[in-house]
Amino acid sequence: MKKLSARRRHPLAALVVLLLALACTGGLYAAFAPASKAQADETAQSLAIDEGKKLYAVGCASCHGTGGQGSTDGPSLVGVGAAAVDFQVGTGRMPAQQPGAQVPKKKVIYSQAEIDQLAAYIASLGAGPAVPSEEKYGPEGADIAKGGELFRTNCAQCHNFTGKGGALTHGKFAPTLEGVNPKHIYEAMQTGPQNMPSFPDTTLSEQNKKDIIAYLDAVNGDETVDPGGLSLGGLGPVSEGLFGWIFGLGACIAVAVWVAARTAKAKKS
Amino acid sequence: MSTAANDAPRSRGKAPAGERVADWADGRLGIYSLAKANMRKIFPDHWSFMLGEVCLYSFIIIILTGVYLTLFFHPSMNEVTYHGSYVPMQGQLMSEAYKSTLDISFDVRGGLLIRQIHHWAAIIFLAGMFVHMMRVFFTGAFRKPREINWLFGFLLFVLGMFTGFTGYSLPDDLLSGTGVRFTQGAILSVPIVGTYISMFLFGGEFPGTDFVARFYSIHILLLPGIMLGLVVGHLILVFYHKHTQFAGPGKTNKNVVGMPLLPVYMAKAGGFFFLVFGVIAAIAGIVSVNPIWAIGPYRPDQVSTGAQPDWYMGFAEGLVRAMPGWEINFWGHTLVLGVFVPLVIFGIFLAVIALYPFIESWVTGDKREHHILDRPRNAPTRTAFGVAWVTAYLIMLVGGGNDIVATHFHLSINAVTWFVRIGFFLGPVLAFIVTKRICLGLQRRDRDKVLHGRESGIIKRLPHGEFIEVHEPLSQDQLHTLTAHEQYQPAEIGPTVDENGVQRKVKGSEKLRAKLSEAYYGEDSQIPKPTVEEYKEITSGHGHH
Amino acid sequence: MSSQDIPEENLPAEQGGTHVPKPADDKNPFADPGLPPHEHRIQDIDERAAKRSERAVALLFTVSMLATLGFIASFVAIPHDKSIYVFPLGHINAMNFALGLTLGVALFTIGAGAVHWARTLMSDEEVADERHPIEADPETRAKVHADFKQGAKESVIGRRKLIRNTMLGALTLMPLSGVFLLRDLGPLPGTKLRHTLWSKGKLLVNMNTNEPMRPSDIGVGSLTFAKPEGLEEHDHDFQNEIAKAALMIIRLEPDSIKDKRELEWSHEGIVAYSKICTHVGCPISLYEQQTHHALCPCHQSTFDLADGARVIFGPAGHPLPQLRIGVNDEGYLEALSDFEEPVGPAFWERG
Repeated sequence: MKKLSARRRHPLAALVVLLLALACTGGLYAAFAPASKAQADETAQSLAIDEGKKLYAVGCASCHGTGGQGSTDGPSLVGVGAAAVDFQVGTGRMPAQQPGAQVPKKKVIYSQAEIDQLAAYIASLGAGPAVPSEEKYGPEGADIAKGGELFRTNCAQCHNFTGKGGALTHGKFAPTLEGVNPKHIYEAMQTGPQNMPSFPDTTLSEQNKKDIIAYLDAVNGDETVDPGGLSLGGLGPVSEGLFGWIFGLGACIAVAVWVAARTAKAKKS
Repeated sequence: MSTAANDAPRSRGKAPAGERVADWADGRLGIYSLAKANMRKIFPDHWSFMLGEVCLYSFIIIILTGVYLTLFFHPSMNEVTYHGSYVPMQGQLMSEAYKSTLDISFDVRGGLLIRQIHHWAAIIFLAGMFVHMMRVFFTGAFRKPREINWLFGFLLFVLGMFTGFTGYSLPDDLLSGTGVRFTQGAILSVPIVGTYISMFLFGGEFPGTDFVARFYSIHILLLPGIMLGLVVGHLILVFYHKHTQFAGPGKTNKNVVGMPLLPVYMAKAGGFFFLVFGVIAAIAGIVSVNPIWAIGPYRPDQVSTGAQPDWYMGFAEGLVRAMPGWEINFWGHTLVLGVFVPLVIFGIFLAVIALYPFIESWVTGDKREHHILDRPRNAPTRTAFGVAWVTAYLIMLVGGGNDIVATHFHLSINAVTWFVRIGFFLGPVLAFIVTKRICLGLQRRDRDKVLHGRESGIIKRLPHGEFIEVHEPLSQDQLHTLTAHEQYQPAEIGPTVDENGVQRKVKGSEKLRAKLSEAYYGEDSQIPKPTVEEYKEITSGHGHH
Repeated sequence: MSSQDIPEENLPAEQGGTHVPKPADDKNPFADPGLPPHEHRIQDIDERAAKRSERAVALLFTVSMLATLGFIASFVAIPHDKSIYVFPLGHINAMNFALGLTLGVALFTIGAGAVHWARTLMSDEEVADERHPIEADPETRAKVHADFKQGAKESVIGRRKLIRNTMLGALTLMPLSGVFLLRDLGPLPGTKLRHTLWSKGKLLVNMNTNEPMRPSDIGVGSLTFAKPEGLEEHDHDFQNEIAKAALMIIRLEPDSIKDKRELEWSHEGIVAYSKICTHVGCPISLYEQQTHHALCPCHQSTFDLADGARVIFGPAGHPLPQLRIGVNDEGYLEALSDFEEPVGPAFWERG
């Protein structure tokens, strides 16, 4: 697999930037162009697909094939849908940098507009889940407690009780869900990125997903209260045991050393 | 009142109230003869002698906070719907045990603090016992007359593990429920009677509706009751034997040097209780432990990754995780070696350290009392054995958390498991060899120090240009301290021919003992300590550095 | 401490030259020189230092009193559900934090005061106490043995063997009543561990939506958990039943199923495995959809779900049981029988 970092200095990189600028201008033009709405949408859509195709050719085709049909280096993208692209590229996992047990989260290198264009192109290859709208993962109308139960049934086995992540086989892992955009969580459930199984709407309804996201926000969000104090990573007894040994027993022993030490003796100066 | 005039001339002079109360009690309890022996009892000062106190005090703290928790905890598995103040659980179906634990944490003022003190104290109690046990082991404090007290302490550690485990299971949360499920699976693996024990313990199939109530009475009554008895026995024996001490000027096997119980130790030990309690209370106010609200109520079809027991069961967990999945089917029966073998190893591994004092005393054949502690280096084989044991224990502890190790060090969980599998056998051997070498090295250094003095750090240039470091001779205090230990000679099998020239049969146990003795005290296992003659010979040659 | 200005005349003479090694005993340089002479602390000779210690101890006790007052004030004044942000700790419960710290300080300062008092103001002269052998002297030993023999003889237990034997018999049998009393702790195992709620025709109900499922609902690479129809969370035996009946449903490309029986028991590539690990019964469901491996979070047993749930790593001894499934007349997934073998951990009678 070719590394993306190597591509940054590719002679075509300048061209990509130019294309991006064009795409933005084009997009803006499409948005403001005086035309009938439906037609404008259609135009914008096809324009986005075109732009996405170009981005795809530069950034993705070497692994996923020129038409998204997949190769030995990357799976087929036909039918994965816009949601998968938005997740993979939006969390920086794609484009992948190096082969390994698992492609980790990285710095995102495409802008949201570019991601949308890529997504539009991939979606045009075959029907798949679309990028969810905000009301699908927003907090309104969500049942947090139900979400907790669903989370423990479907997600906690890999991602831990409150989404702190956990180990899988041979160096793979379920990542922490802390600070992950709710949209991306929704997309991950829909599309099943990498080794994660998918939870399509037919078996985990839209409402279920909303509940799960609301629960996660309640127990692993920025404002989550840990009533007991320092949560030690939320990892359970391993970190508690380490803390108990090092700081609990450690403090007791330090005190014991003081208690048993000899008091300083008087000496002539 | 009329009798008072008859018997007590001392009460006539209006003694102070305290004295009169003491007299009253003495007339009924005979406290004066007890106090005579104990009030000015001497305790030596050393920080490592206070590890046992850490355990005693955390045990008392656990009992105090535990009693408080029983006032609010409902040991029932009736399913109820939660309507308390923790929002992410509202409307959830859960057992009453779990609900009352949530209530203690969120609706009883100070309840969360007491719960956290209870749990932190339990973690520290067991960690303290482990370290205390190791201190006793490595200094040889388990030797005659203290073998029984060693066993008492060992039993306290084992019972503490199970008391901790049953307590951890009481809130009926998803994490502890997973642990109980594991226990049930382990019980099922016991040949012949496993299924019966499981059915009887859980009142039928797992999880049933009984185990919380049953674990509750085990956790708050049965095990702590036994432990309390053992603690009292342990303390009585400590008083009766008088504390051990390290070698030093004025310290012999026939005395104990230190400060009297009243007032110094009363203040120090009493104060130390408050210090330990203060440390644990502060930790409980700052650091969360077992946040069961984040874990959720137990359901046998749910689980979380990173499911571990509290640290003291981590060793057993590691054994179970590292074991390959062996299973033998024969004549319609299943021998679940994959689970049963770790269970047996767990028992044997603990038994080995419990029985060690008897093994060592059999090897040495020493029947004398020992009140002077060994420095670990002066018993290299014992120290190496202890380190090997601890190494195996620690490796399995790592194995018990292999998933957390894997995610936090970016390793493959399979690789960590293989490391543990191999390390369990290889680690102790390496640790034994390395520790023994280190001990012998330290013995050599002590020997040099005695014979040649302390390195002063002063470099002197001799007239012919050679540089030497000036060594300062040690004081007699130091000489004595460094040479006070005893060195055994390896036991020999003895003559194989008796006085009549008849061939005597040498028993296998005798041979084994001679071999062990050679391994313990042979040429390769200890550096002969300097003798007075050697010392004199070297020091008489003045000018020698 | 040497910088403390101590009146010269208060210093004991022998303390002047420290660290002058005593010349070693000529006869035996390793002999025990006896307890070193007691050295005085600053507090022993300087009343001002002693005063300072006294004030420090009193201050510690006073801080404890204040902390206890603080504890009571926090208990009364802070709403029990109030949360605050404390820097490295995060958002935490204000009351727990305040109570823990005040209680900790109140206790710690009592201890610190007492220890400081003991260390600086109580006598620190080391005393040697004689030890006496634990063993009794020979006379006592002889006396006890004689007394015991006398008592045993007077009891005639050695002579009247019948009494001894029947007594031992009675004492041995007696605890049996206790053993029998434990009998009703639970039922006998019977065949309970061999059966689950699944049976022919039972629909597979989705745990999430509580609805039966059609094959088209389940995509390749998806993971769904199911329970038998009719089992509701509010049922009193829900926990016991779900502990055995919990099901994990995945869909594979039929070509990628390596095991012949697995393929036979599946429906259009949809396979249903018991969610309960065969090791010690954790719900196993860490399903990796690309490798088709399922990992147990408790002890890392790994099963290949594309190959009859064969154990490929870890301590489990046998594959996960598979449930035979099909589709009923209305197109919903249903069980075609109960599990063919007991689910969950192995046990002696499993065979």
